[in-house]
Amino acid sequence: MTVSDQEDLAAAAPAAPAVTPATVAGVRASREALYFARRNRKLVIGLGVVLLFLVVAIVGPLLTEHGPNEYVGPPAQRPSARFWFGTTMFGQDVFAQFTHGLRSTFLVGVLGGGLAAVIGMLIGFSAGYRGGLVDEVLNMVTNVVLVIPTLAVLLVIAAYLRVRGVVPEALFIGLFSWPWVARAIRAQTFSLRSREYVDLARLSGLSGPKIVLNEVAPNMSSYLFMTFILLFGGAVLIAATLDFIGLGPTEGISLGLMMNNAVLWSALPLGMWWWFVPPGLGITIIVGALYIMNVGLDEVFNPKLREM
Amino acid sequence: MLKLERVTKVYKVGVFGGRDLTAVRDVSFEVRPGEVVSLIGESGSGKTTIGKLVLRLASISGGAITLDGVDVATVGRRDLKDYYRKVQGVFQDPFSSYNPIFKADRVFAMVKDGYFPGVGVKEWRRRLDASLEAVRLDPGQVLHKYPHQLSGGQLQRLLIARALLLDIRLLVADEVISMLDASTRIDVLNLLADLKARGLGILFITHDLSLGNYVSDTTVILRRGAVVEMGPTDRVFGNPLHPYTKRLLASVPQLHRKWHEVEAEPHASDGNGGRPTPATVEEDHFVAWEERG
Amino acid sequence: MSTVSLRVEHLRVWYRTLRGDVQALDDVTFTVADGEIMGLAGESGCGKSTLGKSLIRLDGRMRHIGGAVELDGKELPVWDSAKMNGFRFKEVSIIPQYAMSAMNPTRKVGRMVAELLESRGVGFDTVRDELRRRLDLVELPQEVLERHPIELSGGMKQRMVMVLSTLLNPSLLVADEVTSALDVSTQKAVAETLVGFRDRGFVKSMIVITHDVSLAYQIADSIMVMYAGKLAEKAPTDVLVGSPSHPYTQLLISSLPEVGVRYADRRLTGIPGKPPSLLNPPVGCRFRDRCPLAFDKCVEEPPFVEVERDHFVACWKAI
Repeated sequence: MTVSDQEDLAAAAPAAPAVTPATVAGVRASREALYFARRNRKLVIGLGVVLLFLVVAIVGPLLTEHGPNEYVGPPAQRPSARFWFGTTMFGQDVFAQFTHGLRSTFLVGVLGGGLAAVIGMLIGFSAGYRGGLVDEVLNMVTNVVLVIPTLAVLLVIAAYLRVRGVVPEALFIGLFSWPWVARAIRAQTFSLRSREYVDLARLSGLSGPKIVLNEVAPNMSSYLFMTFILLFGGAVLIAATLDFIGLGPTEGISLGLMMNNAVLWSALPLGMWWWFVPPGLGITIIVGALYIMNVGLDEVFNPKLREM
Repeated sequence: MLKLERVTKVYKVGVFGGRDLTAVRDVSFEVRPGEVVSLIGESGSGKTTIGKLVLRLASISGGAITLDGVDVATVGRRDLKDYYRKVQGVFQDPFSSYNPIFKADRVFAMVKDGYFPGVGVKEWRRRLDASLEAVRLDPGQVLHKYPHQLSGGQLQRLLIARALLLDIRLLVADEVISMLDASTRIDVLNLLADLKARGLGILFITHDLSLGNYVSDTTVILRRGAVVEMGPTDRVFGNPLHPYTKRLLASVPQLHRKWHEVEAEPHASDGNGGRPTPATVEEDHFVAWEERG
Repeated sequence: MSTVSLRVEHLRVWYRTLRGDVQALDDVTFTVADGEIMGLAGESGCGKSTLGKSLIRLDGRMRHIGGAVELDGKELPVWDSAKMNGFRFKEVSIIPQYAMSAMNPTRKVGRMVAELLESRGVGFDTVRDELRRRLDLVELPQEVLERHPIELSGGMKQRMVMVLSTLLNPSLLVADEVTSALDVSTQKAVAETLVGFRDRGFVKSMIVITHDVSLAYQIADSIMVMYAGKLAEKAPTDVLVGSPSHPYTQLLISSLPEVGVRYADRRLTGIPGKPPSLLNPPVGCRFRDRCPLAFDKCVEEPPFVEVERDHFVACWKAI
């Protein structure tokens, strides 16, 4: 049947999101996306907050000459001009710990989230594009990983590895948080795969991986971007939780470790709020900002959600 | 040139792939150079599946497809690329055939990267202009544009130009004009007919009998995956023998002749299953008869 | 001369978009007589779907700019969606494009019918018998009411939607591309069912929107051709197909392939070019750029006038 007579309307309407019946251009889509992105409050504020913390993480440690775990001052001091966030029970600078902790938080987020994103995309695209036996096998793998009790595995690992660092922690998180990503990407790939431009690419002699890279993934770019942000936030949260219950790195410092120490050394009953409030708030605000950013991004990419 | 011999395609459907769906059943026909063969059928007739089988976008379950005697189905990856030098396809939805985030002429760049990596910029441009001219498009009007800036007719013609760049022998045209407006359809149709003069063979897949009648030399009528009637176009349309063909012809809305003026067999039973065996009625004109009992 | 059932005068409907107003319908005036089936033909973007939908005011993006619509002597408040509610389904009904794919897949058909009727304030029991009669008429088995839409074929779904839209005997039925997605043999059955509704008096008059002029030829009493948001020609079917006056109609009809006409015998020609964008429509006759007969007067917009009995054209050459 002929193209509907709202073709004119479609041509004049704002850009459609990645996975829709194809009638809109790429460049116009990204230009319009930028237009809406600048005006979306959630996105702008969320992004601003995250960037602020990032700056603190990069610049902060340079403001203090001593390391985070060094004993530099009188113990249990309130915040003062010398120690902006006060000191711990042992006289360590809470501000130094906070800024160094932020660094490790971002590191875990990028590494862990990045690894999960890569695995999820590899598996999701392969399963969605190939279908058949490959799909069945990968589905099984996904389900198995989904069902594994990660805490139990972690406890076992903790029992065997006396010394743990931030990187192994990030790796561990990355290896276990990808299943939902794989599922979602598989579903969208299935739908995009039956588009005629994929057939045309095959008729041009392109191989499977190349087709996924050049034809399918670019059409999902907004979704992939949002996936990464969610994985980043998730990794930060999981890392904080693990650190808090003592399954985190055995050396260095992180926000979760700070909270762990604070609780261990009775900061709460002693009223040493400056020890646990900054890291707690830090985690909450960063992860919260990331999720708000994601909601904003969804509105930017999906015209139906925009309040026009 | 292209020969289908008793081609069958069975899909596994249902939970755990328990049931079988026979999309194409025992189909045989031939496309010679410079010939347009129409595959005409309604939905579920298997015509699109046959197109996919010829283009190797799906694999056959039985029978053989050969191009100049070489079996197409068993061709390996590297030889597949060679195969696509000789056989190409154009599909129904012009707007779905182009990746919406890229410019329309990217389809030409993909062909260049895949098949002509060594060709220089000037020479490539020359070949491109020649192809565009063959499909009667002005390079200045269609290059460097996004798909939504071009009309359906222009997009389809661009795809034909792309196929011509490869110097193909056979073009599979699957419902290529059903999504175009009436005023542009005829231009694309005339173009296809003109390409015959180059020695190109065309497999024209459609549900619209008037289009098939206009442009094709041989007509194959399909129903539920099997060939029901086959022969030179004027004979199939002029003297239809199978009840299904007659019913199809009677249902086509025509200008200048109302339905009630067209003679139609009163609800002739055109069979419900049974394995039809093709029987020759006159030279080149096959009709399938049901086996009873 | 039969009584006029629908009268449309100077109707203007625009769509509001980011880039400006799309002038989809511009100053459209015509009438449909009692018992008449009018085919509304044209290519994509010409405004035929918009015209159909504006008579029932179903699309929230439309803005009614001007004009009046009168049905059976009463004015239809087509500028006000809430006020139109009282008329929808009872006086004016529409079978929208893609209707057969729009049935709720999780509801049994019978339940959907009941809910629809309740929402219109009509008890299901009052129409139950009539519903059964109509199902028999269109050759749908009674148990279709117990099925889910996915269990029905395309033709069955379309016939169900048609029965539903005409259940309360509306005066005017607008059928938007009801045969496009169907096979050729089902198309014929569905089209003939539409005519049957009119013959039995379930609907008084009908506007059948289609891009296929040959289909309109089969079932319509008169055909109206639109181009780029304006009316080009309206005439009784045989007149329009046999001796069209507007150059667009002439070119359109001569570009249709027919069984019996082969490329080797007679080569058909299309219409070069594209319809103008309706964001900023050109001054004067909108077909001017593609018309082989255009001359200097065409920069002035031709009026849609009656050149002979019931035959209207908007072209300086025909007046």
